[in-house]
Amino acid sequence: MPKALPRIGVFVCDCGSNIAGTVDTQAVTDYATTLPGVVAVVRNKYTCAEPGQQEIKKAIVEEKLERVVVASCTPRMHEPTFRGCVWDVGLNPYLMEMANLREHCSWVHGDDKEGATAKAKDLVASAVARAAKLEAQEEAVFPVTKAALVIGGGITGIQAAMDLADAGHQVYLVEKEASIGGIMAQLDKTYPTMDCSI
Amino acid sequence: MMDAGRHPLIKLMSYSEIEDVNGYVGNFKVTVRKKARYVDETVCNSCGECEKVCPAIHPDEFQMGLATRKAVHLPFPQAVPSAYLINMENCLGTNPIACGKCAEVCEKNAINYDMQDEIVVLDIGAIVVATGIDVYDPTQQDEYGYTRFQNVITSMEFERLICAGGPTVGHLVRPGDHTTPLRIGFIQCVGSRSLRDGAGFCSNICCMNTVKDTLLIRDHYPDAECSVFYIDIRAFGKGFEDLYDKSREAGVKYIRGIPGEITEDPATGNLRMVVENTTTRSIEEHEFDMIVLSVGVRPRADGGDIRRHLTLSQTSDGFLMEAHPKLKPVDAPTRGVYIAGCAEAPKDVKESVTQASAAAARAGVLLNAGKVTVEAITCTIDNDLCHGCGACEKVCPYGAITVDKGAKTAAVVEAACAGCGTCGSACRFDAITMRHFTDAQIVAQVDALLAERQSGKVIVFACNWCSYAGGDTAGTSRMLYPASNRLIRTMCSGRISEEFVLRAFRKGAPIVLVSGCHFADCHYIDANRQTVKRVYRLWKQLEKLGIRTERLQLEWISAAEGPKFQKTMREMEELRAQVTQEEIDHTVKVLTEQFEKRRLKKVRS
Repeated sequence: MPKALPRIGVFVCDCGSNIAGTVDTQAVTDYATTLPGVVAVVRNKYTCAEPGQQEIKKAIVEEKLERVVVASCTPRMHEPTFRGCVWDVGLNPYLMEMANLREHCSWVHGDDKEGATAKAKDLVASAVARAAKLEAQEEAVFPVTKAALVIGGGITGIQAAMDLADAGHQVYLVEKEASIGGIMAQLDKTYPTMDCSI
Repeated sequence: MMDAGRHPLIKLMSYSEIEDVNGYVGNFKVTVRKKARYVDETVCNSCGECEKVCPAIHPDEFQMGLATRKAVHLPFPQAVPSAYLINMENCLGTNPIACGKCAEVCEKNAINYDMQDEIVVLDIGAIVVATGIDVYDPTQQDEYGYTRFQNVITSMEFERLICAGGPTVGHLVRPGDHTTPLRIGFIQCVGSRSLRDGAGFCSNICCMNTVKDTLLIRDHYPDAECSVFYIDIRAFGKGFEDLYDKSREAGVKYIRGIPGEITEDPATGNLRMVVENTTTRSIEEHEFDMIVLSVGVRPRADGGDIRRHLTLSQTSDGFLMEAHPKLKPVDAPTRGVYIAGCAEAPKDVKESVTQASAAAARAGVLLNAGKVTVEAITCTIDNDLCHGCGACEKVCPYGAITVDKGAKTAAVVEAACAGCGTCGSACRFDAITMRHFTDAQIVAQVDALLAERQSGKVIVFACNWCSYAGGDTAGTSRMLYPASNRLIRTMCSGRISEEFVLRAFRKGAPIVLVSGCHFADCHYIDANRQTVKRVYRLWKQLEKLGIRTERLQLEWISAAEGPKFQKTMREMEELRAQVTQEEIDHTVKVLTEQFEKRRLKKVRS
């Protein structure tokens, strides 16, 4: 007998009108209910906002969700947000998957609502299929060497090195030239205060 | 500067370069080459006796070539460390017969001609990249006669001429005849905001620098007349407009218009120009004693090495790319690395200092935490399935895998694995699992995307760092393209195994695009070289099976290349439209047969 599918919740985000202005998010929501393993679908105006995250947490608890799909923006932006959200109610962060309906869909297909909606459905289907196969993961923890390297000894590097050192950290300040100072040292006065650069 | 030189917690390594960086967030191993300065900086008391006797004279770089220095020299009076060095390219010879004068007079015996470069390896938790910029060199585009007319100078040369520590002790003279110029013209945007000159961006600092320069001139020489030729004056910062007002109140003329050309009167060395004043819509003629080219800035020409060592990306104008333009402005895409100052984008002193403090604070967050979690995307090896063939070890960019061929096993050092997944794609025995990017997960995406209406879709495998991010950039910039593409994200294009691509075709994909970082920008050192090898092998295989190779595309798109992402997606759609249903059906048939054959063979063995 094939393994039973995990219980998947899908959270479709309008992102105000950022997504909903182009993608028919209600159609995507309706479509998501038909996907294998999906037991709960919620559409939100802003999924990343506190009420949106509460919906996710509530559904995880009430619907005993084992996987979460957030159909909103790029994971490069809010993956940490939603990983944290599911973790708050005890779901392993690696059991959360995102479908990018904004950067990769609504924002680039503003001239083709039908095409964008069809694509959004596919992206959700893909995320749900992947979510079904996701596994819980434990992140390894490593110690951090208590020393900083600053590359470049111009005004920026000097300031960064000073701040880090004043905060009590060991700093290595590496400068290519024979003296620190960089371009700033060559300037006579600097604006807007018209004082000396060195 | 002085404070940084004597801070007990700052180990200053001047005249040093980064040779190599290994490791990962919180645990970098950095190799630094301390170049030989031939003067022991711990002994030198910068008395200057060596310089007095040195016979080798060369242009002084610090004074922009407007003065000379010796082969043995102090970079500039306030240098930190305050120690001399010998430029060996200028030195007459280390052989005492050739010269050796400096060593003779050095009471401290600080001079050592046999000094060697020193290699130091540092254990580092966090890295701040503050590598700065180059100043634009107008010799490349000689439209204003910088190389032909002595009295055309750059704004950097002006800095040295007006500076009390400069070659003229702050007396402003024109280089041609050492007279004080009383009619001075400034030309803005030299090397900036012009794609013809290779930089479409605004250099940020030149407008205000010129405003400052005009005030300095009016302060030192109340009779001098200054005229500034500009496109826009960008006085956007705190106190900037006041300074601009002051300059205008001081009588400086601001003329909106950029001259096309400068000519010189050979008799006087004076400079003439014709310019269209776009405010008054009139053609004006001007004559000046000296012209200052307000030069812009450029990304560092030697910035590539640091970028490669730290796997950093650059934006299309060549400056370092941040992890997120608004939310992570000083984090580099590589964890544990922070960027600040002009290396990120042109900026003035105040902004540089602000960003430096921001980067230091971000680095401090990591250092204070004392521990770091690494995303659970590393590889695991099932030694029951491993044949010890060594394919994974060969493709791992980090040397994280060790294979025991005798025992037919392999082991991975999790701390060294960055999770690119190229080993997973190289393993023929399914012994490697990429956590969170497993074969089953990726295959599930391919299947879901191609469950229906296959002929209208382009399957795109995109790496997280560049291509997928390039798609995000296109999105943020609202760059429209056809809605036929369907992206599957992996950490690196090296993760894309031949199986995934063939599966997409077998499931009816008309076009498959594999996309990743540009070669030098691969986030996993050079894992995308494996991508190329795999795509070439696939093309050969497709050809053999009678499938048009054009249906599998390979493209490099960086995180900053939104326009390229858009263009590529448009091209993919054009290619898709050319694929017929018969062609797709044929491919599905051929690949299904091949798949079944292979499956049966596997079952039998």
